[in-house]
Amino acid sequence: MSLREAPPAARVRRFSRAERWVHRLTALLMGICVVTAACLYLPELAELVGRRQLVVRIHEWSGLALPVPVLAGLVSRAFRADLRFLNRFGPHDRVWLRAALRRDKRASARPAGKFNAGQKIYAAWIAGATLVMLGTGLIMWFTHLTPVMWRTSATFVHDWLALTIGIVLAGHVGMALADPEARHGMRTGSVSREWADREHSLWRP
Amino acid sequence: MNAEQLEQPQQSEQPEEHGNPVGRRVFLGTLGLGALGMIAAPPLQRGLEAFLGSAADVDPTGLTGLLPNGGGFRYYSVVTSVSHKDAGNYRLTVDGLVDRPQTYTLADLQAMPQNRMVRDVQCVTGWRVPETPFEGVRLSRLLDAAGVRSTARAVRFTCFDGAYTESLTLDQARRPDVLVALRMQDKDLGHSHGGPVRLYVAPMYFYKSAKWLSGITLTDEVQPGYWEERGYDIDGWVGRSNGRDDEPT
Repeated sequence: MSLREAPPAARVRRFSRAERWVHRLTALLMGICVVTAACLYLPELAELVGRRQLVVRIHEWSGLALPVPVLAGLVSRAFRADLRFLNRFGPHDRVWLRAALRRDKRASARPAGKFNAGQKIYAAWIAGATLVMLGTGLIMWFTHLTPVMWRTSATFVHDWLALTIGIVLAGHVGMALADPEARHGMRTGSVSREWADREHSLWRP
Repeated sequence: MNAEQLEQPQQSEQPEEHGNPVGRRVFLGTLGLGALGMIAAPPLQRGLEAFLGSAADVDPTGLTGLLPNGGGFRYYSVVTSVSHKDAGNYRLTVDGLVDRPQTYTLADLQAMPQNRMVRDVQCVTGWRVPETPFEGVRLSRLLDAAGVRSTARAVRFTCFDGAYTESLTLDQARRPDVLVALRMQDKDLGHSHGGPVRLYVAPMYFYKSAKWLSGITLTDEVQPGYWEERGYDIDGWVGRSNGRDDEPT
């Protein structure tokens, strides 16, 4: 037996099917939002694509649908359990964050449970940011519901937060690209025991 | 985590079990910042516009133009692609309720007396480009040349993108600050700005200034244009329509 073929016991269950679908659909909807936003906002792309009315409609509806996979995922016990892990911060998370600030990349300096402190903060922030985008987006969409000053302010918040989300999302995707085993976990639901012990030393699956 | 727990680890115990709900705080904090941003937006926006506007003047990369409120025009088209027209194949027709229907080439329009105006451009979506020169033929001159009949009440504009339309009342169309524009920013109108010829309705939101203008038709009543069928005001005065209070241009 070659070393590559690890025995089944060496695989650790990380994400259930429901969780993976929540991630997949959220990523898809977010991707549509980002691409359509770029086509509305960047002059070169706007010129290339045109069809403003259609692009606006796609952007609006995918934005409206963005929270749906997460809300639907709440019926899954595994998903709810992971939300609890994401919410609670232990002392080790402080250690992890300090190491991250020092750019200390040693795994021993970065203790983590099922999710590391960076993942927890990302999850909480992107959830909040998505709702802010949804709220400001709805104000821009249904123009007759609010006074004009609100609408201008909503446009301002929507524009700048979109730019911020774009940068943070690029970081999220970039980190995933740099970690094939983490991607494997999100794709198939399981990761190697070795990876789990190294990257999430305090996790007890 | 306290010492007691460290000494007695349980198999099922996760390290977060007794931690603080920091995730919830970050989540609610982000929502709070969003609300704060809504309140702080007007002064922030003014400051950023001033800063980015002056930064754009000295920015050779043009990247500041991509930032929100970075100044400059934004390209909107309602169709997939627009054919290019130039002096060779561009035609502008004036017809409908007129005594003498006309067809102009680009050279015909260029040969007519030109008027130059420098005003702000205000888009109904919020962006504003200060002091933009437009140059062209007064629409009233073209209307007079065609001989508007007494039954005409409005003017309908069609565009060679095949989809966009606009309308003005006859009184609005006769204003001296309404041009059939051939030049913008002291350059011939490029394709992406609606060239070679576009409408320029200075006192109204920029959707009234139809790009790629190809037809002027006198009608007996105002027919809503492309965006007006989709909710925009027909009388698009800057600052007095579409629920906005921008400074007039």
